[in-house]
Amino acid sequence: MRPERRAAAPEPLVELPPEESTLEATALTRLPRARALLQPHRLALMAVAGALVSCAAWFMRWDWLPTYAGALVSGVGVTLLMLVSTALLGFVLAVPIGLVQVTGPWWLSLPAQGFCTLIRGTPLLLQLWLLYYGLGSLFPQFPEIRQSFLWPYLREAWPYGAAALTFSFAAYEGEVMRGAFAGVPRGELEAARAYGMGRWKLFWRIWLPRAVHRALPTLNGETVLQLKATPLVATITVIDVYAVISKIRQVTYLTYEPLLLLALIYLILTALLVAGFRYFENRIPNRSA
Amino acid sequence: MAADLINWGLLALEPPGWGGVLLGGLMNSLKIAFGGYALGLVLGTGGAFGKLYGGPVTKDLMEVYTTVVRAVPELVLILLLYYAGTDLLNRLSAALGYGSVDISGLAAGIFVIGVVQGAYSTEVLRGAILAVPAGQIEAARAFGMSPLMVLRRVTLPAMLPHALPGLSNLWLICTKDTALLAVVGFSELTLVTRQAAGTTKAYMLFFCAAGVLYLLLTLASTLVIRFIEARARRGWVAR
Repeated sequence: MRPERRAAAPEPLVELPPEESTLEATALTRLPRARALLQPHRLALMAVAGALVSCAAWFMRWDWLPTYAGALVSGVGVTLLMLVSTALLGFVLAVPIGLVQVTGPWWLSLPAQGFCTLIRGTPLLLQLWLLYYGLGSLFPQFPEIRQSFLWPYLREAWPYGAAALTFSFAAYEGEVMRGAFAGVPRGELEAARAYGMGRWKLFWRIWLPRAVHRALPTLNGETVLQLKATPLVATITVIDVYAVISKIRQVTYLTYEPLLLLALIYLILTALLVAGFRYFENRIPNRSA
Repeated sequence: MAADLINWGLLALEPPGWGGVLLGGLMNSLKIAFGGYALGLVLGTGGAFGKLYGGPVTKDLMEVYTTVVRAVPELVLILLLYYAGTDLLNRLSAALGYGSVDISGLAAGIFVIGVVQGAYSTEVLRGAILAVPAGQIEAARAFGMSPLMVLRRVTLPAMLPHALPGLSNLWLICTKDTALLAVVGFSELTLVTRQAAGTTKAYMLFFCAAGVLYLLLTLASTLVIRFIEARARRGWVAR
């Protein structure tokens, strides 16, 4: 953010603000480079890994796989739907939350700050259960809600899951956007003002695009964290891929196979996500670097 | 109307109220968090040194560890390590002729959280060690210090200020990750809250109370962390 601080720290991981360096550590933000895959020790390691995988395929029980293939695919669909919808909604919420903390009056910035502290300070599982069991048990007591058009949805589990995931993403990303908005160089905003841009035009044309540009690498990590948060909705009976696997475990009494498959599915999803973000990051010209 | 809805007596510490049960759950959460964080730091230190100074095979294995843990949801890892780990241990002890062992939920929880935290702290510590100017370590070596002494006297103290922000965030993540153990049935704060809420039907009251407890834990941690960081940074140029 401040140039003198950047110059003092020698390593990229440390030069980031603390939140971002933790993000780098907790979420896979870039795939490990496949530097020279053909070195002898790597070939040996790959042979060992291949042997392990074929052992797993040969000796473990996979006969349940064809039966549940359809359910697994639809479960992955639900997981991805949850991820994309809550990340988009959360980002839309995060922009005003970040903005008012930088520029807003105290009666807007204080609630935004409180929201971020509250959501970031309590576990997502607790928030989810508070919404589903808590609010879900309050709603039926009000006849106005029971008769409204919302009731068929409020009886389902997914709105509560989506709400909890959206709030969580908004709180974490709101903090990131606060930093990104504050980090846009003053001069650029002043130049836009000098060109006679109004406040809205300045926001849409300069401030927001520059802030999003700055936040993009962090957004990558936050999205991976969001993917890792989605299986929690299975605890409130949303049938995502995690719930499908839990069902399989209950029916087949298998300990290892379904869980290993689940881990593999999430590994692949994360890898796709990171690769997708890298593709977009490379498409955006970055001259300031 | 609101005053009738909230029955504060339910939070009393004595048995008709559930306050004592909640505090017991909080204690369990804290035990897991402390144990898991400590184990994670040990694994992380080993992992960071393995990644930086290990041979090619060690480096690759560490890379696989951190990549897998950071790509797979904590909940899935917890299930995998909790069920598969205890099952493996049981089979191992049966094969050695000890019969099945009873693994306490506390030990399993600490192990699970520790393995997850270990991957995260590996990355944090690796970055912090890289931030120590190479000349300082070279100077220590030139004075004839053994590698262990260099580690104890120079690398660890010098990297600490760089690692602290990341490590403190990891502690906050750790306290919240303990809630996930509720899914495997370990009676920490979130699970006992759900049990209390389910028994009394006062869902909002109990979930909000647990939220306040977690929030207090976070805020207290933040205060302590601020103090520690100020101490570790003494002598640095003020930012």
